Amino acid sequence: MEIQKKKKFTVSASPHVRSGETTTGIMLDVIIALMPALIASVIIFGAKTLAVTAVTVVTCVLSEYISRKIMKRSNTIGDLSAVVTGMLLAFNLPVDIPLWMAAIGAVVSIVVVKQFFGGIGQNFVNPALVGRIVLMSSFPTAMSTWAQPYAWKGVAAVTSASPLAEIATMFNSGDVSTAALKANQALPSLGEMFIGQRQGCLGEVCAVALLLGGVYLFARKVISPLIPALYVGTVAVIMFIAGGGSFTFMMYEVLGGGLLLGAIFMATDYTTSPINTKGKIIYAIGCGLITCVIRLFGSLPEGVSFSIILMNILVPHIEKLTTPKPFGYVKEKKGAKKA
Amino acid sequence: MKHDNLSGVLKPVVRGRGGVSVAHHKNTSTLESVRMPAPAKVILPMQQHIGAPCTPTVKPGDKVEIGQVVGDSDKFVSAPIHATVSGTVKAIADIKLTNGAASKAVVIESDGEMKVWDGVKPPVVETKEDFLKAVRASGLVGLGGAGFPTHVKLAFDESKNIDTLVVNAAECEPYITVDFRECVDNSWDILNGVYLLKEMFGFKQIIIAVEDNKPEAIKVLKNIADHEMDIGDTVKLMTLKSRYPQGAEKVMVQSATGRKVPPGKLPADVGCVVMNVGSVAFISRYMKTGKPLVSRSITVDGSAIKEPKNVRVAIGTPINEIIDFCGGYKAEPYKLLMGGPMMGIALHDDTYPVLKNNNAILAFAENDVHVKKERDCIRCGRCVSVCPMGLMPTLIERYAKIKDADSLNKIGVNVCMECGSCAYSCPSGRPLVQYMRLAKSVVREAEGK
Repeated sequence: MEIQKKKKFTVSASPHVRSGETTTGIMLDVIIALMPALIASVIIFGAKTLAVTAVTVVTCVLSEYISRKIMKRSNTIGDLSAVVTGMLLAFNLPVDIPLWMAAIGAVVSIVVVKQFFGGIGQNFVNPALVGRIVLMSSFPTAMSTWAQPYAWKGVAAVTSASPLAEIATMFNSGDVSTAALKANQALPSLGEMFIGQRQGCLGEVCAVALLLGGVYLFARKVISPLIPALYVGTVAVIMFIAGGGSFTFMMYEVLGGGLLLGAIFMATDYTTSPINTKGKIIYAIGCGLITCVIRLFGSLPEGVSFSIILMNILVPHIEKLTTPKPFGYVKEKKGAKKA
Repeated sequence: MKHDNLSGVLKPVVRGRGGVSVAHHKNTSTLESVRMPAPAKVILPMQQHIGAPCTPTVKPGDKVEIGQVVGDSDKFVSAPIHATVSGTVKAIADIKLTNGAASKAVVIESDGEMKVWDGVKPPVVETKEDFLKAVRASGLVGLGGAGFPTHVKLAFDESKNIDTLVVNAAECEPYITVDFRECVDNSWDILNGVYLLKEMFGFKQIIIAVEDNKPEAIKVLKNIADHEMDIGDTVKLMTLKSRYPQGAEKVMVQSATGRKVPPGKLPADVGCVVMNVGSVAFISRYMKTGKPLVSRSITVDGSAIKEPKNVRVAIGTPINEIIDFCGGYKAEPYKLLMGGPMMGIALHDDTYPVLKNNNAILAFAENDVHVKKERDCIRCGRCVSVCPMGLMPTLIERYAKIKDADSLNKIGVNVCMECGSCAYSCPSGRPLVQYMRLAKSVVREAEGK
């Protein structure tokens, strides 16, 4: 006997309810978290900030759209990840960079680093950071010409070296005591460093705005504070020791350069950081160590981009070492089979 | 909460990892089970449990009454199936089970009288063997969902030093409230069942575990255990944090005792037996009346159901009859679930019968069943942090796609219980449970070679 059939329903594998979180939502949260730093940058460096950011964002989104079209792949600009990449790239550029250079950086980030490897989730290094590094090696002068804070308002220039470079010179000459740092007129005060009244890439200068963004991301559970805290913590501890116990020196190192931007927004990129807690710990400490090595012993004053990229490359290996053991796993009875 | 008499209620020994908070939707928790009148017919598949299928013991034309055996097997891991209405056997039909496997089913046309068979008598139980035999004869399988024959679970090896019985009343799936109603309405049956099991098997401790979103259940049980029944210190109540999947067997054992069941092992291997609260209550009723498992309570709910209810139905009742009893559909039903929204099975037609281990029927309109756009994995790690079994679903998905059975074994894919926490939390809407199943089949295939 055939059992009668009536209504037909949709079938699918469980679960039949899903959380409200989406990739687009997460990216939107990151964009919101970047807003305080963007606003701070407009105040500090003027409206040109917006021009640079607009160029990188638009170029990133367009590159993603066109490259995927050419590769006959689905359109993914709706996930907003290209917007995030564009913003982060802009944040890593000096405000006076010619706009066409910024656009080149954006194309490299999206097409070469992200789409050549398969798009979102597949890139093995941070796209924005590679964009920055390519620009740094291609246009070293434009990439290290820093605008003075409030120069757009006509405030007179005081110094030409960035705080980190200044600190590095002092470190090499052997005196980084609090007194010596305070005596150096070329250095902004720590208070000025904190609110972003200093030279630097357009998104990295305002520590307070970056921290605000970070707190937003922690509160929204988009990222865990683990990587930023350990990264910054490692740099702080090493710099404290290297500076012979100088707290001021340590604070300059923490607030200077792109450390906060890198630790909060770049090192925490899902795709290029380890998934497991143990892996995150190794990765964050590694980032901190390499940053310190470059800053203290390298010829470059700044090491955040390179350290994150180097650790990005190690992520698959870190991940292999830190794969969690399944529930109830007992070492002696390796691979216990069903009783 | 101001239940002053809750002192002495235990807290979990260990708080397990992972899990997700899902909206509870316990809309039917205030509704006592109502008995549904005799259905026009029942369809009794011969496979309603884990183990060997039964063979029909009746033929078309036979008259049967409630409680008569209509299907049985001589295999140990199996449970007999009884007539759930009185009437005439119409056919031995072929039916496709929800997992796609074929089975025989005994179809009984009801005479509407619901006459109970003369042979239904309380079992005579003197020894443990009698007890196990009686449990088998009752046709009882785990009522919480898995459908594992209870007599097999209880026939554990003496040498395993089983000291703990965990009575699972967590009911962590959204919508379902039958276990909660069991606690409130049939508290005496539960505690009597606990007492029987303790006498029979000598458990040193018995923990009744309830999620903390059901304080009323805890209150009622505690009251009886404290003041009206003398079962001493052996029986303890425990409140668990309401977090899906608290009711999963391994998670439950860990919360209640701190013990971890190793991969591929059973709770018995760490000295525990876990039983659903409904199963315990049923044992106590069966020992008193001898009426086998012929009916059960289910929650009927979901956005497409007109009058959500808890209903006591004859096992084998076609789902559409139950839904008609609940006022029918109020919206075009898009998905019909047997079980909860996290682990339930989506049915393709509503003439399928209710089975022994089926605790809910949920029907949803299209807009109420989230369908997220599927995107590429962004490696956010949410699936890993919510997995109660400490697995890496995203990695399992990758290995499953390239059919790497060795790596899948190494990262423990078989520990996965398909609770769905990973897929629930995935922002990219990936069907991870489906990939877990695919991964397990990759492993099975490789082992078969």
